[in-house]
Amino acid sequence: MIGSVNVTINGEPRRLPAGATVASVVELLDVGSGARGVAVALDGEVVTRSRWPETELAEGSLVEIVAAIGGG
Amino acid sequence: MSSVDDPLVIAGRELHSRLILGTGGFANHELLAQACHEAEIELCTVALRRLDPAARGSILDVLDGAGVEVLPNTAGCYTARDAITTAQLAREAFETDWLKLEVIGDDRTLLPDAVELLAAAEQLVDDGFIVLPYTTDDPVLARRLEDVGCVAVMPLGSPIGSGMGICNPYNLSIIIERAGVPVILDAGVGTASDAALAMELGCDAVLCASAISRAHDPVAMARAVRLGVQAGRLARGAGRIPRRRYAQASTPETGVPAFDPQGA
Repeated sequence: MIGSVNVTINGEPRRLPAGATVASVVELLDVGSGARGVAVALDGEVVTRSRWPETELAEGSLVEIVAAIGGG
Repeated sequence: MSSVDDPLVIAGRELHSRLILGTGGFANHELLAQACHEAEIELCTVALRRLDPAARGSILDVLDGAGVEVLPNTAGCYTARDAITTAQLAREAFETDWLKLEVIGDDRTLLPDAVELLAAAEQLVDDGFIVLPYTTDDPVLARRLEDVGCVAVMPLGSPIGSGMGICNPYNLSIIIERAGVPVILDAGVGTASDAALAMELGCDAVLCASAISRAHDPVAMARAVRLGVQAGRLARGAGRIPRRRYAQASTPETGVPAFDPQGA
């Protein structure tokens, strides 16, 4: 793997290997139980689960990964 | 003629419980599970926040175990745009088109922003969402939300988490009288009697979160609010007597014995 990309994941700056995908980021965060109740937005656009493995992050990508919590 | 035992039907979906639980504020998942059980709910709201890698156990597993289905909310959104993105994330995360739409306009009162709310509702209905908007107790706004295709309206009794009950029963009654979709009281319930009053006024259901989750004994309060909803629904069907300024004896006023020999 050559090179890297600087991205922001849930507000934290991260450096990832070039070619990192949404799926690899979700895995990086060690989400258990098949990432149930998890959803991802890349640069403000929702990435559907089926597209996680093919969606690569670019330099400056803004990634928001959310999960279910209790709420009114 | 509808009966008190009729199910609540929202967008073709039948609900036999007229209490919807908000799952925020519970100290732990165990208490939430017990409250779901005591409240005898079928539907509860859930929210989305940034993934916490340290969190163990998904709330969805707890709710599955309790046999409860989820209604995702857009809590924390201040613009139509944010609410729409959050709704799309919720559809992805929870695999449902149902949405409790919240667009807040002020961080102290957490009151809905009418303009952003209506814009978001219209867009989300167009995008195929089943939208249940959290709204003010303004009958005109409730009507406008219904007009753009919301399947229910969820007016507040008083601000979220305030426990002040129903501050304007007059407005709420007008919303109920004129609505062509179910009316669900959302926000403001402080205790069981508030839920009963909502149902007596003619609400179709009550959503209750803080009153239960932040009660000293959340499990007991879950039961109390459930019974309050049931009592209020029964009372509404039974028909309350009119209020009057002066007394009206319930004991017959004829045949009263006289004990004063002078007066006999």
